[in-house]
Amino acid sequence: MRVVACVKQIPDPSTPYKLEEGTGWLLRPNDQVLDDTDRYGVEMGLQIAQANGGTLTLVSMGPTGSAQGIRQALAMGADKAVIVDDATLRGADALTTARVLAAAIGKEGFDLVITGTESTDGYAGVVPQMLAELLGVPSLTYATSVEASSDQVKIHRQTVTGYDVVTSGLPAVLSVTAGVVEPRYPTFKGIMDAKKKPLETLTLADLGIEAGPAQEVTGVNPAPEREAGRKIEDDGSAHLAIIELLEQKKVI
Amino acid sequence: MSEISFVRPDPNDFLDIDALLSEEEVLLRDTVRNFVEKEITPHVGEWWEEGHIPTADLAKAFGELGMLGMHLEGYGCAGTSATAYGLACMELEAGDSGIRSFVSVQGSLAMFPIWKFGSEEQKQEWLPRMATGEIIGCFGLTEADSGSDPASMRTNARRDGSDWVLNGSKMWITNGSVADVAIVWARTDEGIRGFIVPTDTPGFSAPEIKKKASLRASVTSELILDNVRLPADAVLPGVASMRGPLSCLNEARFGIAFGAMGAARSCYETALEYSKERVQFNKPIGSFQLTQAKLVEMMVAVQKGTLLALHLGRRKDAGTLTPEQISFGKFDNVRHALEVARTARSILGANGITLEYPVFRHMANLETVYTYEGTNEIHTLVIGQSLTGLDAFA
Repeated sequence: MRVVACVKQIPDPSTPYKLEEGTGWLLRPNDQVLDDTDRYGVEMGLQIAQANGGTLTLVSMGPTGSAQGIRQALAMGADKAVIVDDATLRGADALTTARVLAAAIGKEGFDLVITGTESTDGYAGVVPQMLAELLGVPSLTYATSVEASSDQVKIHRQTVTGYDVVTSGLPAVLSVTAGVVEPRYPTFKGIMDAKKKPLETLTLADLGIEAGPAQEVTGVNPAPEREAGRKIEDDGSAHLAIIELLEQKKVI
Repeated sequence: MSEISFVRPDPNDFLDIDALLSEEEVLLRDTVRNFVEKEITPHVGEWWEEGHIPTADLAKAFGELGMLGMHLEGYGCAGTSATAYGLACMELEAGDSGIRSFVSVQGSLAMFPIWKFGSEEQKQEWLPRMATGEIIGCFGLTEADSGSDPASMRTNARRDGSDWVLNGSKMWITNGSVADVAIVWARTDEGIRGFIVPTDTPGFSAPEIKKKASLRASVTSELILDNVRLPADAVLPGVASMRGPLSCLNEARFGIAFGAMGAARSCYETALEYSKERVQFNKPIGSFQLTQAKLVEMMVAVQKGTLLALHLGRRKDAGTLTPEQISFGKFDNVRHALEVARTARSILGANGITLEYPVFRHMANLETVYTYEGTNEIHTLVIGQSLTGLDAFA
């Protein structure tokens, strides 16, 4: 069984992000880290591949840099990684990203593609569905639990009120929510071995496709400062004010 | 001419020491750091207060990560560099010195002598299960009346037919009461020899030492050997002198040079955060000159000690590190870590004496670290001997 997990290297979220002047595109340092939410997809992929005697391949798009983030995922136990790294992809939007990933995954071959729900630096949240459409396979999204065999996958899809049970044959694309499984710590052996695992870098020419138009950032506004909370002095009736407030917010 | 960068240094890595680490080392260090933050830090204050740690669970978790005997090659060990082992010790001790001790003892003091001086059969029998944490080991060298002068040990082993019979006792043995196997050093007609002693052997007992005010998240025991009869193949064939136990101690002391800086870093970072939040006289105490001076002294000590440890790590990986240089690291980093802990305690004021913050726990632990694995005084004299060529002891 060929399982593919889509992963993304992002600038360390604990450092302030910088945007390029003029384009408004995110500046990516040489050392990027594995998007934390991708660890759930990698763990899910490892569990499914291990249970069904398969392999897990990582597919990523973006500047390779030191590949430190990809090595993090390889250290968890993935078998190999493919990165599409092409200068013309700077400023790529969600659709371009999905086209590129679909081309790389199609070239690799797959039975099941696993993604997170959205990246922590872009937050578009539409790539998994686009990917399924472009690959011509069903998409099962926002999974909070997954059962997979070699020819079928069944998930609980998170909804506003609860969950739907969704079943599909393979091949398919599956997006998993954070917490679907508990990601393992990479083992020291895994970390040592990660360096020796195949890490293939492809250009768009290798895939025989071209980048679409880059996204145009028309404006960047700073996030509003968080406003100070309201202070209620307790003169004996503070609990009433708090209850009223909670009722207004419809939490009680 | 090269330019000066005006990027503001990171208060938690002022000299950008991270830039000296390889990608693999950063990944490994971050893995241990995440593990400690999630699995150790939230609980260790309570373990310390109760004087109890879940050793079997910890051994299994450390084993799964590959932390036990990580710097050894083969037999299920990860085979990392010495520097990587040091970095792991640093992160573990940022959690607690007792937790780092657990890993040091298993890897450097119990597994290392088997790996270094054991027969192929002994290695096959013990190391793979010790690497997974299924089997916990301890190391018996120190005795109640034989500390800095280990060659004066009384524990002895005599041959009886093809068997060995061990008698004596060992003191201050980390993991003693929870160990499945003890590496016991004993006097024999052939010199000091190491024995692999399964702790269920008749005549072996390991009462736990209670009422400790330091390293409370660590098991410390006495080992009693009362006519412990072992087969001929229980002895480590590769060494018959003090070189055996001392080479193990070199491994462990090397890890301590790193580890102490982990504890110091935790104290410094705690004090730095506290000084920015604690308001007195209508301003954060971090704005007072006395507090700033303390913070700077702590930060400089942590960064210098970390650089020193890293330098020792690189030398160990290159095969050029000497025991005297390890003494330098253990001597200087532990005393500075202790100073940093005490200074951090003073910044935290009364809060500094509670177990709500890690500082007092580190401070009390470091009093042990200052003394075990070669006292500060003995390491001073080892370095003094090296400078002058004159023995101040022995």
